Parts: sequence; structure tokens; C-alpha cells
Amino acid sequence: MKVGVVDYDAGNLKSVQTALAYLGVDQVVSSNPEELLAADRLVFPGVGDASSAMRVLRSRGLDAMIREFVSRGDPVLGICLGSQIVLERSEEGNADCLGIVPGVSVRFPQGTGLKVPHMGWNQVSFRKGHPLFRGIPQGTSFYFVHSYYTQPSRADLVLCESEYGEKFCCGLLAGNLAATQFHPEKSGEYGLKLLSNFLYWDPERTY
Amino acid sequence: MLEKRLVVCLDVRDGKTTKGIKFQGNVDIGDPVEMARLYYEQGVDELVFYDITASSERRGIFIDVVERVAAQIFVPFCVGGGIGSVEDMRAVLLAGAEKISVNSQAVLNPEIINAGAAAFGAQCIVLGMDAAGDPDMKSGYRVVINGGRTPTDKDALEWALEAERRGAGEIVLNSIDADGTQDGYEIPLTRMISEAVGIPVVASGGAGKPEHLAEVLSEGKADAALVASMVHYGSYSIAEIKQHLDAAGLPVRLTYRPE
Repeated sequence: MKVGVVDYDAGNLKSVQTALAYLGVDQVVSSNPEELLAADRLVFPGVGDASSAMRVLRSRGLDAMIREFVSRGDPVLGICLGSQIVLERSEEGNADCLGIVPGVSVRFPQGTGLKVPHMGWNQVSFRKGHPLFRGIPQGTSFYFVHSYYTQPSRADLVLCESEYGEKFCCGLLAGNLAATQFHPEKSGEYGLKLLSNFLYWDPERTY
Repeated sequence: MLEKRLVVCLDVRDGKTTKGIKFQGNVDIGDPVEMARLYYEQGVDELVFYDITASSERRGIFIDVVERVAAQIFVPFCVGGGIGSVEDMRAVLLAGAEKISVNSQAVLNPEIINAGAAAFGAQCIVLGMDAAGDPDMKSGYRVVINGGRTPTDKDALEWALEAERRGAGEIVLNSIDADGTQDGYEIPLTRMISEAVGIPVVASGGAGKPEHLAEVLSEGKADAALVASMVHYGSYSIAEIKQHLDAAGLPVRLTYRPE
């Protein structure tokens, strides 16, 4: 099995690479759509600004590649910015995004005494029994660093939630596409567990 | 609920972890990669590595440490010391660090904060600030640089606000007066800065026992507390500190590894 890691100049891919290497998986880190389409699973990380990320994705044909990967049914995992830009739009730079999942990314409210970015470890409650969280206790903390969060348009698209000021969606699930706002590659042993669960995930199997 | 972070700091000189008191005299206390791995296994939330190597030609040794840490430690870590340009920042980020801390260099050239935030995002750029009590300053605290040896004309509160405006995503606030004493953090300083800025503040300097962390994370309003000696010499484990914080009613990450 080969995992493709999408390289589109959006932040540092090193931590995702080292975590996958630590798990012993064969990976290809690339910005070439054909090389990535040859992989069996896709990891779509990213840190940074939604509108510039979308610009780079389009200029390299990676937007079409991600859509194709999703539509052919192979497992895809978006991380952080990667979870936001699968939605239709982001408030950040009012960017049109990939539109694979209905919904928008919105900013945490300012002036409420909440520090933004939301940075640090926060507890995550997830859909009970979902295979991506196998072996992970309900309420386990994961590492976040972000100012925008995902607001899918339907409740059935929510994989997991956390709380910062109020409850927010911190993970999406749409068929074979899963995405987390937090960084599993920086969330200690349970983060590695989630990544490892992704490597075994069969989206067609009901749970 | 967002948890209070426990951050362990390792000063690295020529590839070894070292510890000094009030920046006078350093002793090597171990291999930073092995120490970091141990803290990781004990559930540390974040690590900071400061390169205090004197000569720039030995910088490669430090980058090698960063790379080895990144390969086996899966919690965020910040790297500081001797970072004077966007290129220096890029080198440590490519080696696997999450965040970069700038201290004296930012005082001498504040534009480096803007440049770093523009290139890598505000979440990457940490302002390290050493502050010393000084009644002549408006806030009561003066920014000092070069490890506390050189006073500047900057007021600590004003500098924190300026750094935030320039794009810093976090502040590691070190009290020069408390540093090395193990008598507790400088609460009024920490509280003042933390209440004034909209970015997270990591309290540093003075930790000697778990009660000190509980105090700075509650009364001091810090988002995270940094420790060094109290864990390096085995006086307390990460778990002991966290259990104390949990018992004090502070939200901390207690579940950190599969059974």
C-alpha cells in the first residue's frame, strides 16, 4: 500500500512525513497529480491561508486530482487546512474552496476573550465506534492550532467535535473522505493511533 | 475544553542539554533527544529547545538534534536561539520544528516577526521575552536581552503588544528575576501580559514545585507553564505535575497513551 501526501507549499509537511515513516508506511510526497493518483490512499495536510492554498492547488491541477481521488472511492484524510478547504468556501480571504463537502469555514469570534488562534490540546468527542477512532478513548485530547473551523451544512457530516467557547465541528466525514482540524501527527500516541487507523480504514464497511 | 499545557525546556549546547543558573555557568545534563523522548513518553504537551551554542559553525550539530527529535517525538516543539533571519527559521522548520522562537534578535530587528509570520504563518512565530522588574518602566518591567545581561529601552507590556501586532502567535514570557530561583513564577508580570494580549502566553522562570505551576496557570492566567530543572533533575515527573494540576481543578491532558 502506498500513501500519497499532497505537497502544495502550505506549511510544513515534515511532521506528517515523519509520522507516516514512523508507522512504517510507503509514502510518496508530491505535487504531481499523476504520481498522487497512483497512490492507494491520500493524506491532504496543510497549514496557512485558504485562498493562497487554493491558488496553488488550482495552478498545479491538484484540485481536480483530489476530487478524482475522492470520487473513485479510495480513502482520503484531510488535516487542518486540508479539512477546511474540502468545503465549499472559507471566510478566510473569502476563498472558493474544493466544494467536495457542503459547508463553510468560519473564524472563531473575536473580542469574546477567547485567544485566537485556538492553540493547544483540546478534548475531542467522536462518533461512537467509528473505525478511525478505534482504540482511542472518548474525550482524548488532540493538538490544535487554527483560527478558522469547519461548519458543514449537515449534522451527518460531523465526525467529531470539540469545545472552544462553544462546541465546534473538528472533523468531517463524507463517505471515503475524512478530515480532522487537529493534527494527529502532533497528537502523541493517540494521534499516531488515528493515523494508523486511517491506514486500515475501509470506508465501505459499515461499523 | 482547551487544556493548560505543560512545556519542558531544554537548553542545548554543542548537542548536549545544559543547565545554568541565572545564565552563569552551565553544566551538561544529558542527551537532548533521549531526554525529549522520555518526557514524550511521560505525556509532555510540548517541548522547547534553545540553541545556546556560542559559535555559528557548530549550528549543524543543533539542526541534527532537531531532526532526530522530529523523527521520534510526536508532540509540537519549538526551537529558539540564534535565529536572525527567515532563512534560519526555514532551516529549523524543515528539520521538523513546529514553531520558532525569536528573542534578542526580535528586539534588535522587530521586522523579523513580520517577515516570519508572513512566510510561515503567525502560529509558527513565538516571541521569547526576558523581562526584569524595573520601577522606571511604565508597566514595571523592562525587556532585557542576551540572556538577561543587556537591558533595553523597551517596556515589557508594550513590547508584548507590539509583537502581537507584528504577527507573533505566542509569547514565552521569562522572568529574569525568578529564573533559576525555583521559588515560583512571577505572577503579576505573567497576569499583566496574559490579560493584555490575545495570543497564548507561556510562563517561564522560577518553577520549583507543582504548586508554582498551578498558581501561574490560575492566578497568573498563563495558557501554559514551562519547566526545566524541576524535571531534569528528577525531582518531579511529568505525571506528578499533571496530577497535581488536575487535583487543583485545572484542565490538563492526563490520557496520553493507549493501554
